[in-house]
Amino acid sequence: MNADKVLDAKGMACPMPIVKTKKAMTDLESGQVLEVVATDQGAKADIAAWSKSGGHTLLETAENEGVLTFWIQKG
Amino acid sequence: MMAVTAWNAADVAKRVIEKKDVFVLDVRNEDAFADWKIESDSFTYKNVPYFDLLDGVEELVPELPKDKEILVVCAKVGSSQMVAEMLADEGLDVAYLEGGMKAWSEHLEPVKIGDLPGGELYQFVRLGKGCLSYMAISNGEAAIIDATRMTETFTSFAEEKNVTIKHVFDTHLHADHISGGREIAEKTGASYWLPPADAEEVVFDYEKLTDGTSVAIGETTIGINALYSPGHTIGSTSFVIDNRFLLSGDILFIDSIGRPDLAGKAEDWVGDLRETLYTRYRSLAEDLIVLPAHFMIMDEVQDDGSVQEKLGVLFKENHGLNIENEEAFRSLVTENLPPQPNSHQEIRQTNMGRLNPDDEKKREMEIGPNRCAVKA
Repeated sequence: MNADKVLDAKGMACPMPIVKTKKAMTDLESGQVLEVVATDQGAKADIAAWSKSGGHTLLETAENEGVLTFWIQKG
Repeated sequence: MMAVTAWNAADVAKRVIEKKDVFVLDVRNEDAFADWKIESDSFTYKNVPYFDLLDGVEELVPELPKDKEILVVCAKVGSSQMVAEMLADEGLDVAYLEGGMKAWSEHLEPVKIGDLPGGELYQFVRLGKGCLSYMAISNGEAAIIDATRMTETFTSFAEEKNVTIKHVFDTHLHADHISGGREIAEKTGASYWLPPADAEEVVFDYEKLTDGTSVAIGETTIGINALYSPGHTIGSTSFVIDNRFLLSGDILFIDSIGRPDLAGKAEDWVGDLRETLYTRYRSLAEDLIVLPAHFMIMDEVQDDGSVQEKLGVLFKENHGLNIENEEAFRSLVTENLPPQPNSHQEIRQTNMGRLNPDDEKKREMEIGPNRCAVKA
């Protein structure tokens, strides 16, 4: 999936993946897509819940050997 | 800036048992909070996900009590520490839970149940998950029943008491938590016992725990006598210790009874469950003290932190033991069952030795409440 911006949050523990995601999102326009790569397993539920609460759309999630990738479209 | 205090799980356990007023600000996401939290009758709760607080906590401050201890809780620790520090910046005294719900889930509180000839019987209360384990000690020897995977707690406790662990039992193949039994036996050279009917697919050697199995620990030989009591699983076995204590496993709880469906056989095992509860247990002495492998609600925890009740009292008060009609009993334990525990299939496979997840994965598999009971 094409992303307008990529955030590498690998190795970061909660709450940093969300803190960084939120910050990265402010640089995007509505409709643009942010790709977030993280290794904190808690990010799975939290990115989904955060996207919803912030009015963004979690387009897709992928998981490969412990590495999580999220594509979030700014609302 | 006001002070932020770190509480460990033992600090929280103490407040749960002493029924202190604590205000829990749980900053996990809403689903996680709805699924599972720190249970206490004396605590009050508010759930605000940490990601809704990143812009500041000013709006939250007026909603927090001035006259109670405030504990911020998250899944591991990072978010609760961040929110606690933000609240301190606003002039509040708050604590956060070290290790978060993960540590809470793993904390074991040892409580003495009673004296045995030449020793004592202890219950290990896992408040965060409702699991109960036991250690019987007599004259320098110990037996452990239904150990959780925090094996260090049991081996350290045995060292502290200066006793050698001789026997390790599981009343059944657990589906809600990972057993520490085999690991303790491997570490200490003790025998590991499992009911063979539950162990058909295990990939390790074990001693066969069957009806009438009897072991003695200590010179004065306190008897640990196995009583086959199927129903939660086909192999489920209870123990009578020193003719005074009935360790009922996941068959009979204080306020509920075991569910027969966690290995996928509700229909087949409901008859066994009824036979165990209404015939086999009925023939036992009513003054036996029932010590189950789980509790579900804080009402089942006594003021001293233990979970126990006389069998005779349960015959009167536990609704699951008082359903005359067999059909009504059958529908109770096969219909409208609570959801099955998280990852219960993987947990069973792990307890059979067929899966070998690392510690982090084990923790994740056990997240959430136990759901081994059915309440009438």
